[in-house]
Amino acid sequence: MDYTLTEEQEQLRRLVEDFVAREVKPYEETAGEDFPWPLFRKLGELGLASIPFPTEYGGGGLDYTSYSIVLEELSRLGTHLGSVLAVHGLPQLILNQFGDESQKRKYLPAMARAELLGAFALTEPQAGSDAAAIKTRAELRGDKYILRGQKIWITHGGDADVYLVMAVTEKGKGSKGISSFIIEKGTPGLAFGKRERPMGLAHHTREVFFEDCEAPRSCLVGREGDGFKVAMTALDSGRITVASTSLGLAQSAFDYALSYANERQAFGKSIGEFQGIQFMLADMAAAIEAARCVTRKAAFLRDNGLPFNAIASMAKLLATDAAMKVTTDAVQIYGGYGTSEDYPVQALFRQAKIGQIVEGTNQIQRMIIARELLKKFKQ
Amino acid sequence: MNIVVCLKQVPKKDSILRIGADQKWIDERDLSYEMSEADAYALEEALRQKEKHGGEVIVISSGPERVRQSIKEALAKGADRAIHLTDPLFNSGDPAVIARALAGALKNEKFDLIFTGLQSDDYGFAQVGLILAEMLGLPSATIVMEVQPEDSGVRVKRELESGWFQWVKLPMPALLTIQSGINQLRYATLKGIMAAKKKEIKEVKAADIGFTESDAISAQSIQRAYFPEKTKRTEIIEGKPAEAAAKLMEKLRFDARVF
Ligand SMILES: Cc1cc2nc3c(=O)[nH]c(=O)nc-3n(C[C@H](O)[C@H](O)[C@H](O)COP(=O)(O)OP(=O)(O)OC[C@H]3O[C@@H](n4cnc5c(N)ncnc54)[C@H](O)[C@@H]3O)c2cc1C
Repeated sequence: MDYTLTEEQEQLRRLVEDFVAREVKPYEETAGEDFPWPLFRKLGELGLASIPFPTEYGGGGLDYTSYSIVLEELSRLGTHLGSVLAVHGLPQLILNQFGDESQKRKYLPAMARAELLGAFALTEPQAGSDAAAIKTRAELRGDKYILRGQKIWITHGGDADVYLVMAVTEKGKGSKGISSFIIEKGTPGLAFGKRERPMGLAHHTREVFFEDCEAPRSCLVGREGDGFKVAMTALDSGRITVASTSLGLAQSAFDYALSYANERQAFGKSIGEFQGIQFMLADMAAAIEAARCVTRKAAFLRDNGLPFNAIASMAKLLATDAAMKVTTDAVQIYGGYGTSEDYPVQALFRQAKIGQIVEGTNQIQRMIIARELLKKFKQ
Repeated sequence: MNIVVCLKQVPKKDSILRIGADQKWIDERDLSYEMSEADAYALEEALRQKEKHGGEVIVISSGPERVRQSIKEALAKGADRAIHLTDPLFNSGDPAVIARALAGALKNEKFDLIFTGLQSDDYGFAQVGLILAEMLGLPSATIVMEVQPEDSGVRVKRELESGWFQWVKLPMPALLTIQSGINQLRYATLKGIMAAKKKEIKEVKAADIGFTESDAISAQSIQRAYFPEKTKRTEIIEGKPAEAAAKLMEKLRFDARVF
């Protein structure tokens, strides 16, 4: 395992830096809550909307390590585009791994060009952590699936062009009765509810309704009954992306805190000269380094075809907890100014909390890790 | 049409600079580097000319290992191949020495135009291009804002003072020093970055081009590098509040130029 960036990874990082400075910052200064379409489309032009997916479907064909580096960098530079790409990546991953040839040809190249935006719809009002308890039904009638039910907290909901939806095709079979579908915006019966307005995020999540939504039979992704496995496979990799964006967030908060500690004066010196602040800075830096190492290792294992799901959960757990701790301490180092919306760290602090909840709460990550650890005794 | 672009790598604009121990230049440790801005525009112009007229864009840069980063960026943006002058003997703060090295490396290249940036973001001599043209026996034009190749040569628009311009015609091959802002810079895309992996970067040492110790002797040297010495001067604006405010606005606008 190598801890330095390859020439190409460093170039990608610089490309991100260049793009953010020239276009993202000016755009986001005046942008409201709406989805940043021009920036998303530009990610497609730059080849960044499909980094780890095969070149034959328009993807970048790169490894997860490079992908992770780009997401971290986007986040470090203070844009939400890293999270946009991470969410867009879930349906891409599923289509690529479980989709049939015509589904791949239909969606992947357009998603790589950022002409189509993707969403991932699993969570329901009564089923979050316990994802197998979803109730949305999909019934095959003739050559159509009829979907009925409600999703909630769907990132890109209402904006996305394609939704990877988990629904129950066979009742009473629990996780084995779930299937996954690719549903296009505009399908009759697909409707959107209110925005949920989660804290710290520029763009919102939404409720998604299926009101006798009629989708052609060809929208089934993978086999009937495989949906839960499909979702969990996507989330295993997704956790590396959440870890990456959280690391960028943490690094950004740390960089702010470090330079503020150097500037802010109290008792006749800069506050960075007090051991109480120094210990905080040291702990923050150490937490980021440690979480980054584990995140890179998870990507490395994945890139080399080795089992990575427990370590991806560890990366998600450690990186999002590090981000929570680091952003909390960054607010503390800024003192009262840390709480002001005129200063950057409070926004990072609110955003960090989201990381501990999405794609499996950190309690669920611990469950996954423990299950892996104890597995060997179960045979 | 084949175009050579001379690139220089300089410390990034937002770098925190420290003076080196010898007080002759900045401390280069821990710095991040980038392509000098005017050179980035020169490269962009070359790529646009190539897109219109065909041919090849060759980038050439002198400097240590780190310079590869900027060379790679140029290749990722679309340059076809590169020449990297890696010999420490070429390292110099004297534009004549750099021009001599570049001239040596370009002697056997076939090109129609050479572009350099108008000036580098660090030394800012604006000399390398002109000296290089002289050494290669080429006509040259400076502060170029527009490039129009014609049958027998090239027409270029030069920037003069006070918003004036001038069109000049030169026979090719010729050397042009390009002004920043002449065009809009492209990004190195992911595809470009991966394609650059396969492009040639030819490393050139002093011996390869017959560049000797005496060629490396600088005619000029830096005496001392230092930060601008701060002088503090407080000016009291007298008068009634409204008049004083008007005077203050005028000073902010025209002296401090903050508006
Ligand atoms: C900003 C944002 C974006 C989101 N985007 C999407 C999206 O695009 N697609 C999508 O499908 N979902 C999305 N979600 C939903 C998200 O995945 C869920 O919120 C998450 O899985 C938790 O589910 P829940 O909110 O129902 O909490 P619950 O499952 O009700 O959990 C409540 C609490 O109980 C704890 N808990 C639950 N079970 C256990 C257990 N067995 N042991 C210990 N503790 C437990 C949890 O850790 C949590 O602390 C998003 C959520 C947010 C906030």
